Formats: sequence, C-alpha cells, structure tokens
Amino acid sequence: MKPPPFSYHDPETVPEVIDLLGRCENARVLAGGQSLMPMLNMRFVLPDHVIDLNRVDALSYIRESPDALEIGAMTRQREIEFDATIRAACPLLPEAILEVGHRQTRNRGTLGGSLCHLDPAAELVAAAAALDAVVTVTGRAGVREIAFAQFPAGYMTPAIEPDEILTSVRFPRWPKGHGYAFVEFARRHGDFALCSAAVLLEKTAGRITRASVTVAGLGAAPARVSNAEQVLVGNAASGGLFREAAEHCRRLEAIDDVHAPASYRQQLGAVLTRRALEKANARCAS
Amino acid sequence: MSETRNIRVTVNGVVRDEQVEVRLTLADFLRQKLGLTGTHLGCEHGVCGACTVLYDGRSARACLMLAVQAHGHEVTTIESLAESAERLHPLQEAFSDNHGLQCGFCTPGILMTLIELLRDTPDPREEEVRVALSGNLCRCTGYQGIVASALDAAKRMRAGTPR
Repeated sequence: MKPPPFSYHDPETVPEVIDLLGRCENARVLAGGQSLMPMLNMRFVLPDHVIDLNRVDALSYIRESPDALEIGAMTRQREIEFDATIRAACPLLPEAILEVGHRQTRNRGTLGGSLCHLDPAAELVAAAAALDAVVTVTGRAGVREIAFAQFPAGYMTPAIEPDEILTSVRFPRWPKGHGYAFVEFARRHGDFALCSAAVLLEKTAGRITRASVTVAGLGAAPARVSNAEQVLVGNAASGGLFREAAEHCRRLEAIDDVHAPASYRQQLGAVLTRRALEKANARCAS
Repeated sequence: MSETRNIRVTVNGVVRDEQVEVRLTLADFLRQKLGLTGTHLGCEHGVCGACTVLYDGRSARACLMLAVQAHGHEVTTIESLAESAERLHPLQEAFSDNHGLQCGFCTPGILMTLIELLRDTPDPREEEVRVALSGNLCRCTGYQGIVASALDAAKRMRAGTPR
C-alpha cells in the first residue's frame, strides 16, 4: 500500500504544466489527490511522472459574471461548501457538495479533480450535467471549451487530450428564485451514491417554464432525462405531474453490480427524481 | 532509491528539514521520518480516517498526501494536543471520562477531526457531530461513546476548561 516510484513535478503556472505534459511520457496530473492518491497507494496506476497542480495558484478562484459563475479547476470542494458567492448564484452546488465524501476529503478535493476522475456516481459530475456546465481545457494547441454533455467520453474517461488539463468550469446562472434540489441514496453518509437526482426548475405564475432533470449512478455518466423535462415544461406543478415525469427515470439503462441490481437502481431513479422535483418546487419563488 | 527532495515542514510548531522520497506519503513521513507514530494508518486509501491530521489548520487524510506537498506548510498531529502526560487536552479528558474509545486505534484521527469541528462549531448539534465523524471508522465502540465524548468536550471547551 505504498505509491510506486515516480518523478515528481510541482509547476507553478499553467504553461509550465502544459510544457511538462508535452515532455513527460506516462504522466498523471495530481489535483486534490482524493482519488489519485488511493489509486497510487494501491498501485492501480503506475505513472512515470506525477505533475502536481497544487502550487498553480491561478487555478483556484471563484468569479461571478452577470450570466455565469466561473470556478477554477483547483478550487477546493470546501470552498464550494462555504463560499457565499456560490451559495447565492448556484445553490445546487453547495447542496450537492455535502454528499461528497467528508470534511477531511473536501478540504483537499477539488472541483476539477472530481470532474476529470468522472466517477459515474460523483455528485459534482451530476451537478455539472444538471447545470449545463461548460468546461475549459488548456493544452499545447491552446484553450477550448467543451459543453458538459460532451465531456464524458466513456466510463471514467473525460474528453480531454493527453496534453490538456481542465482549467476552469463555467456554470450558467439560473434566475434568482429558481427551484433546485440534489437528493441521493447511499448506504452510508459520504459514500458514493447508488443513485442521485439533481433538479432545477423555473416557474411563472405556477407554471413550469424550464426544467433540468439529471439522474446519476445508473449508467457510465449522469443522464439528462429530456423526456422528463418535456413532461414538466408548460404544465402547472403538481404531485401527479412530478410522478409522471419521474417515471421516465425508471426507463434509463442501469448497471447491475454487487451493490445493487439494475431494477433497484431504476426504482431509485424514479423515487429520487420525484422527491427532488417536490423539493425544488417548494423552493421556487412563484 | 527513487527520486528524493529536501523539504521544510512545520510540524506541531517545530520546523523540520528532511530529505524524503517523493513518493513518501505524509503519513509515513510523520511516522517513519519524524517518529510521530500517534498518526495511525488503517486503510491507506482514504476510507478509515485514522491518519487524519490538520494541514494548514484543516483536517486532511495524511495517507492521501505526499510529504513533498507539505513543503512550506504546517502540519498538526495528535501529539500536539496534550500539554503533558499528566495534563490532557479537554477533548482527551472527555473521551476518557465518557468511554469514547476501546482499542484506541481510530482515536487519533477522530480527535483531530473533532479539533477542527469544535474550533469551527463550538456548540454542535448531535447530528453535526455524527456527520463530522462519518469519515472516521471505529470498529469497537458503536459510536455512542464517541458522540457523547464529543458533545461533552464541546461543553468543556466552551467553559474554557484550562488546558
């Protein structure tokens, strides 16, 4: 249970990181270390080079603009939990972050690290999908943006080139007074969820004008359930409507493993979505 | 021997200059290089919480950090709590009085977790204590004694029990 030998690099700027990534074969980027360090300790990964981002101060920030919230990749999960700007602009994120590991892991774990690790059940990944986040990656070819829907290339595989790193994430704002909810079911507090649901709602005069429904933990990446969203938009909020929308989440394809059979996960998908819709609706201003 | 580096880390207020292998974890650095064996290693993959220390004042799992990362930073371990063998920290006294431990293996990590909690939240609700402790596994006590100890410690520390 000790990391294998590797060369260690601790650059201080993004260009230095990109340069190192271009020069070092079989390199791994170390962010908060809450996933990569266990993998190193257990020797699931055997990198020749570890490139540590913890001294790149420019990757840790929270910025507000009129239409979005931008968070640097190395911003600690702790900041998402406690930052007043994030709480006001994007309350779904602090609600989701409370389900991410524990205080000790959130103090070190980062937003970018979680998104790049891309665990199918990771709460921040689900929240990013729900919020239509836009991810900025930087590499030798320059800077490019990836819509979060295109970010997962497969199971635990982000659509990032080997010489690129995730540098920031932009969360488009929902208007003041929108409803939001993140609910999940895990066997123990802080564990990865068997299933989670993230919901955002906007209402005008009791009618739903916009909806975002995401279910995570069923497939290789969180699923935006557009069928459920279509059921909701244009209709008056009601328990029956939420039940009807949530039923679409039962039809998602689900994995079957030692933790739970697929049918149980699908049941959770429907139940948790309904609960999230009710919670989000109760929080809607109108 | 694989790649090494010289690091300077402040541990429990004392500046330590050491040469370390870059792959050495912070937990093994504390235990093997500095002889601070109060920081325990249970799972070595970030699940059990036994190796919890304060890193720049915030709780962290020492098995999930490299010693080289601590260069220029401050680490606080369980060894810093008691003033002397005769004079325990009120948190330690509360654990002793409330049967907050049996074998004691998980206790250092639990105490470091609670030092942060009680500093940030001096009057926690029982539920907050339980959530804070969810990252520390104990296989002896069933947690009742630990939670009672934490709540009692909060009371003692608010009352300003002299250290």
